[in-house]
Amino acid sequence: MVDTMNPPDIDTELWELRLYVAGQTPKSVTTFSNLKKVCEEHLAGRYRIEVIDLLVNPQLAKGDQILAIPTLVRKLPEPIRKIVGDLSKTERVLVGLQLRPSKSSGGEA
Amino acid sequence: MEPIAKDVKNALAKCPTGIPGLDEVTNGGLPRGRPTLVCGSAGCGKTLLAVEFLVRGAVEYGEPGVFMAFEETAEELTQNVRSLGFDLDRLVEKKLLEVDYVRIERSEIEETGEYDLEGLFVRLGHAIDSIKAKRVVLDTIEVLFSGLSNTAILRAEIRRLFRWLKVKGVTAIVTGERGAGTLTRQGLEEYVSDCVILLDHRVTEQVSTRRLRVVKYRGSVHGTNEFPFLIDDTGITVVPITSAGMDHPASVERVSTGIAPLDEMLGGKGFFRGTSVLVSGSAGTGKTSIATHFAAASCGRGERCLYFSFEESQAQLVRNLRSIGLDLEKGIKSGLLRIHSVRPTFYGLEMHLAQMHKLIAEFKPQVVVVDPISNFISAGTLTEAGSMLVRMVDLMKSQGITALFTALTHGGNNPAQTDVGISSIIDTWLLLRNTERDGLRSVTLHVLKSRGMAHSKQVHGFRLTHDGIVLSDAPATAQARGVVGNEELPGI
Repeated sequence: MVDTMNPPDIDTELWELRLYVAGQTPKSVTTFSNLKKVCEEHLAGRYRIEVIDLLVNPQLAKGDQILAIPTLVRKLPEPIRKIVGDLSKTERVLVGLQLRPSKSSGGEA
Repeated sequence: MEPIAKDVKNALAKCPTGIPGLDEVTNGGLPRGRPTLVCGSAGCGKTLLAVEFLVRGAVEYGEPGVFMAFEETAEELTQNVRSLGFDLDRLVEKKLLEVDYVRIERSEIEETGEYDLEGLFVRLGHAIDSIKAKRVVLDTIEVLFSGLSNTAILRAEIRRLFRWLKVKGVTAIVTGERGAGTLTRQGLEEYVSDCVILLDHRVTEQVSTRRLRVVKYRGSVHGTNEFPFLIDDTGITVVPITSAGMDHPASVERVSTGIAPLDEMLGGKGFFRGTSVLVSGSAGTGKTSIATHFAAASCGRGERCLYFSFEESQAQLVRNLRSIGLDLEKGIKSGLLRIHSVRPTFYGLEMHLAQMHKLIAEFKPQVVVVDPISNFISAGTLTEAGSMLVRMVDLMKSQGITALFTALTHGGNNPAQTDVGISSIIDTWLLLRNTERDGLRSVTLHVLKSRGMAHSKQVHGFRLTHDGIVLSDAPATAQARGVVGNEELPGI
């Protein structure tokens, strides 16, 4: 059961991130490096990235309801969040991962 | 000189839908290997049509299909179409169908830069390849616009998707919700331009009718009119307008009316098979009696008769006719006589025609009775009723069915004027007249016209007795208020 009243304990939990790409393209390489940068800066030592190539495993797209490529899925901590795009807009990435509250919603989960 | 344009070999290949009537309307089905847009407002039947396209494709043509659902989950879809008699679970088990529910939750998604919809392509491609699908449905792709905000990317990817579908060689149905002023809300008709079908669900004066129209069909001749369609426990049935041309074969075979003296009046043999007969008269003159005798006669010959009764229930008919010595139970029990009793105002005219079409296709009668047709005025406007009846007569003739219609006239000055003016498409017209003489009412019967045969022009007295129908010479009718048979009557 997810406790949505108190935000997840972002200081100590292990983050599980899954990055969906479609083949080794320049875009997927860029996305991965953007992701590593953000993780190193904000989640040093407590994250794990799994890269899933849908061209190799197409059947995995259904499970996480993947439509757009690239998509980053935050599996842990819950709730699941999806971030679509090459992660070049760092501000939006942080909002999406809930590493920083968005200006409009004021920190709600 | 060689003709330039008549290369029939390259005619557009079609993918039959298997939906009754739709393949006729589209002249063979949907364009093979191309996307067809099916649009309409909520509840008009788009999803059902799409599902039926896949189900029949799998079951009747051995072509597996993929259903990409954007609005309903696989479970919801399966449940919704169960009432149409479609078992999606079984088809999935047999690998004839694959249902993929694509969920887009806007609140879950954050857009952080460039992206494309390759994930959708991967899923669709995987589904198609896993069962070697030849048919695909996308229902309804416009949902993408509510989940993702970058419309430029969406439009580009949708355009790419339709090209991709063509390359994949699948015949696709794409559904779209009707927009205000545009065919679809998001303008999908820009991308899906090979074939566009519009579904409509109209309610006029409390009665609802479903209609289908092929708005566009590139590369093919198609009916451009609206066609009514039904949705019931067998799926969708579209009612095409039967042959516009009048190339019905003319039989020389004769069938008995079931009333011996009436056969005598009709050249001694009765009606021509496959013709249309009208029995008109004012209230209580005996039209239904004549109609039911004809029905019983057909059963007597071992032929099936479908009797559409718009005024009396089956039980009433059986009881009433027993009083003049006619036993309808025999025909009913043997399965040769089928009475379909329904109020004309129960559904719209188009639905009646669609029902008739369907029942005729199921039961395959040689004889059809519609008793009466005049009630259709209450179910629609005058012109609508007229055109519907023309189509009904056309339907019967094209199948060689001998059809008998009864019509109520309102007595008075011109008893030969029926409300709906269908006399020109009627081959044989029997007129029952009320006459009054010396305070006694009596009914006369005469043959107003009967194409193709020498018929009696004599007016006969017509009586219903316990032993059946009795025709007599009516010597004094010349003096009666009624009209002598040979006079020219306007309105024929």
